[in-house]
Amino acid sequence: MSQLTPEFKLISEWITPNSRVLDLGCGDGQLLKHLIDTYNVTGYGMEIDPHKNIQAIEKGLNVIQSDLNSHDLADYFDPNSFDYIIMTQALQVVSRPDQLLEDMLTIGKQIIVTFPNFGHWRNRAQLLLTGRMPQTDTLPYHWFDTPNIHMCTFKDFETLCEDKNIEIIARTVVNTEHRSSLGMRIAPNWLGEVALYKVQKK
Amino acid sequence: MAQTLGVITPQVMQVETPLTLSSGAVLPRYDLTYETYGQLNEDASNAILVCHALSGDHHVAGLDADNKPGWWDSYIGPGKPVDTNHFFVVCSNNLGGCRGSTGPASLNPETGKVYGPDFPIATCKDWVNSQYELQKHLKIPQWAALIGGSMGGMQVLQWAMDYPDQLRHALVIAAAPKLSAQNIAFNVVARRAIMSDPDFHEGRFLEHNTTPKQGLAQARMLGHLTYLSDDLMGTKFGRERREDALKYNYEVEFQIESYLNYQGEKFATKQNFDANTYLLMTKALDYFDPAAEFDHDLSKALACATAKFLVVSFTSDWRFSPERSHEIVKALLDNDTDVCYAEITSEHGHDAFLLPNEHYEGIFRAYMKRVLKDIPSQHDETKK
Repeated sequence: MSQLTPEFKLISEWITPNSRVLDLGCGDGQLLKHLIDTYNVTGYGMEIDPHKNIQAIEKGLNVIQSDLNSHDLADYFDPNSFDYIIMTQALQVVSRPDQLLEDMLTIGKQIIVTFPNFGHWRNRAQLLLTGRMPQTDTLPYHWFDTPNIHMCTFKDFETLCEDKNIEIIARTVVNTEHRSSLGMRIAPNWLGEVALYKVQKK
Repeated sequence: MAQTLGVITPQVMQVETPLTLSSGAVLPRYDLTYETYGQLNEDASNAILVCHALSGDHHVAGLDADNKPGWWDSYIGPGKPVDTNHFFVVCSNNLGGCRGSTGPASLNPETGKVYGPDFPIATCKDWVNSQYELQKHLKIPQWAALIGGSMGGMQVLQWAMDYPDQLRHALVIAAAPKLSAQNIAFNVVARRAIMSDPDFHEGRFLEHNTTPKQGLAQARMLGHLTYLSDDLMGTKFGRERREDALKYNYEVEFQIESYLNYQGEKFATKQNFDANTYLLMTKALDYFDPAAEFDHDLSKALACATAKFLVVSFTSDWRFSPERSHEIVKALLDNDTDVCYAEITSEHGHDAFLLPNEHYEGIFRAYMKRVLKDIPSQHDETKK
């Protein structure tokens, strides 16, 4: 098995053993497989990409091929079906992140999401100095071909949580190597590149 | 490693104990014709049962006596997703069929005449019960997997509910938990076509030394339509005509017309499918509704299932659309059952489940590896 990314390691630390997990946009299932093997969790993955689906099935995972945009999660799952719903680096690619968050909070007790911070100083500087949409290691795409159609800053996300009565239980802000620094803790919205949030309904 | 299965000889299980059917009717005795591929391992733990679709039969892989490949030969054989180098694969012709198993065209032992319309309607449940006899006959303690497409997929669901301990995996492909009104309507028209053929003779056509070819051909043409997608028919035939100039009469002009005529003709004459079997199979499909006994709650119906599931649907299949498979997946999820679901992009409509497709094959192959891993003796071998 390939090595676990630092982001996945950080997420794993937030999972209680023997819990029930749904991994939205589970890719080839690396994280879910790790959680099953290490924390004895049970649950399902959802993924739209056919090739990643095949890889996840080969890992012995329960994976449901599904488009997070077209499928109402509530069609498949009853309220409070899961202890955790994990969605890594997918919030910014779905058509209505706010509605998906609501669905997730209905069927899961706690939500773990990760996403890139558009408010990072490099993005701000590029836009300010070049007048063009930023291209960085975290956001390598052009404006016209990016899958990231709903970019937000940490502040934006936290405002959305406030508006929707969502409680932020934990937050970790890291750089692309998934390391945290004093600076990131003092000025996360300037210095943090990727955020991991654990939230629940208030 | 052998690359082909070669010519396969069908076998017959003769059951001399009476079988009570869902209808209450009793079959005094019956035959099930089946084929097998690959080798049964020492503890008989690598056996797979394949269930066929409406007009299918036991010849699922390899070649028959006429060198005709089986209907799922693309997916079953040495090195194929259902790898006969590892699995012992069994496929039987359903009770009521016309390819060797006892059905309407068989002799009624009580009268010495052909059953014809007197053959009792067998249901999906009855098929499963008779296949359970085959399982015992072959001395298979538990199937490694049950696999079926379309009607066969429904039969797999029925197995998982009626004999939950007898299978470890259930592969339900291009199926539905029950027929919709539209599905039933197509069957109604097909039956009407057969039954209104002047050669039908109220089902006693064999006694009249004839068959309702026209009706059967029409039924097949209609069925065939529902297996294809609009897009595919558009690409394959479009509005093409055999001749450029319009004839202004009712002779065959459009290519789709000629294609459908050919399909109907082939089914009714060359393949010699029994019209009463067609009636019986469509009726069994109409009746299939396992949730009915559970307050029409499929989740309750599947609560007893202990097998792990793979559910597969195809995007352009409008006969049993992906939404119908979602219903099955939803019911399995409600029970926290182990389930994988794949929605294969294909333009081939319902027929897609029989045809080569990279994604489909990848999913099928990956899942069968899991079935292989779950074979108890395989684990023991790797431990040694």
